[in-house]
Amino acid sequence: MRFELTNEDLMMRELFRKFTKNEVEPIAAEVDDLERFPEETVKKMADLGLMGIPFPRNYGGAGGTYWQYINCVEELGVACGTTSVILSAHTSLCAAPIYEFGTEAQKQKFLVPLAKGEKVGAFGLTEPNAGTDASGQQTTAIKDGDDYILNGSKIFITNAGYADIYIVIAMTDRAQGLKGISAFIVEADTPGFTIGKKEKKLGIRGSSTCELIFEDCRIPAENLLGAEGKGFKIAMVTLDGGRIGIAAQALGIAQGAYNETVKYVKERKQFGRSISQFQNTQFVIADMKTKLEAARLLVYNAAYKKENKLPYAQEAAMAKLYASEMAMELTTKAVQLHGGYGYTREYPVERMMRDAKITEIYEGTSEVQRMVISASELK
Amino acid sequence: MKIVVCIKQVPDTNEVKLDPKTGTLIRDGVPSIINPDDKAGLEAALRLKDQYGAHVTVITMGPPQAKVALQEAYAMGADRVILLTDRVFAGADTLATSTTIAAALQKLEFDLVITGRQAIDGDTAQVGPQIAEHLNIPQISYVSAFENHGDHAIVKRSFEDGFQKIKVSYPCLITALSELNEARYMSVMGLLDAHRILEIETWGFSDIDADIERMGLKGSPTKVKKSFTKGAKSAGKMVEGSPKELAIAIVDKLHEKFMI
Amino acid sequence: MNINDYSGVLVYVEQRLNEVQNVSLELLGKGRKIADELGVQVTAALIGKNIEKHARLLVEYGADKVIILDHDSLELYSTEPYTQAMVQAVQSESPEIVLFGATSIGRDLAPRVSARLLTGLTADCTSLEISEERMLLMTRPAFGGNIMATIVSPDHRPQMSTVRPGVMTKMERDAQRVGEIIHFPLQIVKNNNFVEILSFEKETEEKQDIQEATILVSGGRGVGSKENFTLLYDLADSLGGLVSASRAAVDSGWMDHDRQVGQTGKTVRPNLYFACGISGAIQHVAGMEEAELIVAINKDKGAKIFEYADLGIVGDVHKILPFLIEEIKKINLTKKIQD
Repeated sequence: MRFELTNEDLMMRELFRKFTKNEVEPIAAEVDDLERFPEETVKKMADLGLMGIPFPRNYGGAGGTYWQYINCVEELGVACGTTSVILSAHTSLCAAPIYEFGTEAQKQKFLVPLAKGEKVGAFGLTEPNAGTDASGQQTTAIKDGDDYILNGSKIFITNAGYADIYIVIAMTDRAQGLKGISAFIVEADTPGFTIGKKEKKLGIRGSSTCELIFEDCRIPAENLLGAEGKGFKIAMVTLDGGRIGIAAQALGIAQGAYNETVKYVKERKQFGRSISQFQNTQFVIADMKTKLEAARLLVYNAAYKKENKLPYAQEAAMAKLYASEMAMELTTKAVQLHGGYGYTREYPVERMMRDAKITEIYEGTSEVQRMVISASELK
Repeated sequence: MKIVVCIKQVPDTNEVKLDPKTGTLIRDGVPSIINPDDKAGLEAALRLKDQYGAHVTVITMGPPQAKVALQEAYAMGADRVILLTDRVFAGADTLATSTTIAAALQKLEFDLVITGRQAIDGDTAQVGPQIAEHLNIPQISYVSAFENHGDHAIVKRSFEDGFQKIKVSYPCLITALSELNEARYMSVMGLLDAHRILEIETWGFSDIDADIERMGLKGSPTKVKKSFTKGAKSAGKMVEGSPKELAIAIVDKLHEKFMI
Repeated sequence: MNINDYSGVLVYVEQRLNEVQNVSLELLGKGRKIADELGVQVTAALIGKNIEKHARLLVEYGADKVIILDHDSLELYSTEPYTQAMVQAVQSESPEIVLFGATSIGRDLAPRVSARLLTGLTADCTSLEISEERMLLMTRPAFGGNIMATIVSPDHRPQMSTVRPGVMTKMERDAQRVGEIIHFPLQIVKNNNFVEILSFEKETEEKQDIQEATILVSGGRGVGSKENFTLLYDLADSLGGLVSASRAAVDSGWMDHDRQVGQTGKTVRPNLYFACGISGAIQHVAGMEEAELIVAINKDKGAKIFEYADLGIVGDVHKILPFLIEEIKKINLTKKIQD
């Protein structure tokens, strides 16, 4: 196995880093503090083609590689966990399934504006009674002439309220169990579809996380994504890809915390010298650096496999599991090395620690990842 | 409208550090960038392209790795990019450099030539005006605002204590300051195209009409006799005394460092 | 080009709105020293319109000869007519050395003149010396100021350089000095390099962005009150800089947040940073430690800021600043020329 970064990749990464430094970093604390969705950043990202990196030009995308998209999620995460997940949810959870499973007409109608960043995307699977056990779908989609009528609710939906296009998973035939679940494309202003409560969260506070409420919401039959009964499969495949995005987000957050910590320990003096000279500090930094590198290789390897159409679900689960737990550990240690100052809002590491936590939970908890990883060995 | 922008790839001298032990420059790992003043010039050209449909050619004289700077210029929106490279051009001072670039520009059609005011490595601010002299066109340097009016431009030219509003006919040359504008990012599409479809034209000595005696080191009236670092930043000095004495100590230090 | 045909030092005298600029007098001072070492003359090229009245002044500051190049098209600075004038002056005088101030005019004019004469030009020199072989050694900063380079022009004449203002020293004005004053027979030919000056306006807008400032006078808790910041404003004005502050001063309501330097404020990289009454907490230092020259003034000898300062002044800001402002104002006065 080999993956090398080409000159094109290196310049791309430079572009992401520069954009992050100039546009994302300066407002990251404010986005968190005010729980504000950074609309202006999303617009700038759209203008540069960042909202559709891995999709072909004829679908409004930039025509980049999958790694380049993942790297963008990573680099954004170095400064801001919120901005990173906005991109990841939009691209991997909404645009990607339309690209993979949609009809030509659906791609033209929905994928093109998503890839161009003219519209923002979201994905609705989770329900009050269907989290880790996603099969317990209670939202229903009943066929009625040329339409489907949706009833039910979704919770904890990222980008909700700002998104224009939602992938919604719903039960079309309860008798069929998993094979009775279907996927739909629902547009924001559809009558009967409202956005409910916005969650107040521990971290990624600028990310808009809301409830979706469907009350006799009528959508045209051509908004069915894939065939009836294929919805659960579509959701699982979508989450496999989304996992790599979250792994990249976690990696970025951890990298950001690491960068801040290295800077701080060099400057901070106690007992007459820089605390970077104490062996404890040095050993912690060494461990952080090693774990970052390990996580990076897992994430990039998963991306490489997906890009090259090799089986990647295992690699994606391992990358997400490891990167998220590593990010939680690293950001916690980062706060510790900052001492009292690290606990205050004056330094960004406390935000990074709060942002890291969610990566262990959404798009499949660490427990789910462990189930996925062991199942292929022990079934 | 046809615009030619001259750019230079330079090491990011803001990131260069001194080795505290040897007092020499650490050049390894210093990223190469498009000189900031030149980038502002390129951005000015691209805005004219956005507004008036101008055609933008970007040319750079440098070693083969300057290709990356041209890729970036293309990714930002330049229409045509040219690398002027040849062993014969090496070692050039500003006179030889400007002679070479002017000879290349003679092969292009243009209404406006834009250069950056000065490069952050050479720091001379001479090449732009010298190119204008070789091309026998008017030059305006220190341009802080620019308006296109078809066959002429109206520019704001800064002095230390004020500015002139000048009307200059095309063809002319202006030098841009990095404060002129906020340069755009490369777009992802542009960056990909710069690597996948762009073919960079490469011109050598045989592609231009120039006198070889005026190229490169041979064509350079000025030569570097020696270069040296100012020495690693030494530890600070602490001073005590009467307020007046302390004020004098400060003034002396400012004098020493050419601050006043 | 026969080197031996060139002799003497020619100084371009810059005037703006008919006021001779201080840098030109500095160059006459330096030109005088160089000329004495070489045993040659210093000639001043005075270019403009109705500028004759300044000629005597130039002699008193060291010129052996003043050539007056007076013409209608030279009233306001413009590249082409000034280039023509200077080129004619050089061709007439055949100096071995020509000096310009490295001002926005000098750095526009000198390259054009040198290119027309096909000779070498060195920019922004901070030191000029004569070598054993009678060559001019021109030393200047390069690489963003990280290194110094010494440049020579062995085979081309004149050796031209633009010199950084404020580096060379003026001579003592000597009213008894004798010198030749000549009206130069100037020919300005209108050609396509001419441009039309529509207007000239004095600078009114003030840039108040501390991240753009090259000089910052920063105040912390030790300044004591909002009123006391007046001293810092005075110092900043006298130096042409801006006032900034530490978080403590901003939190106390003495300065606005947009002036705050540090972790939760702005990161600055000025050439000169005064830290007045600032203790040097790590959050502040993170925002200014890249400044070229850091001068710290603090009553407390053990203040952390002294570990980062190039010059540490242990004393009371309120007592020291008035003296410092006085000294700076004195220096500013010497830069103004009384005709």
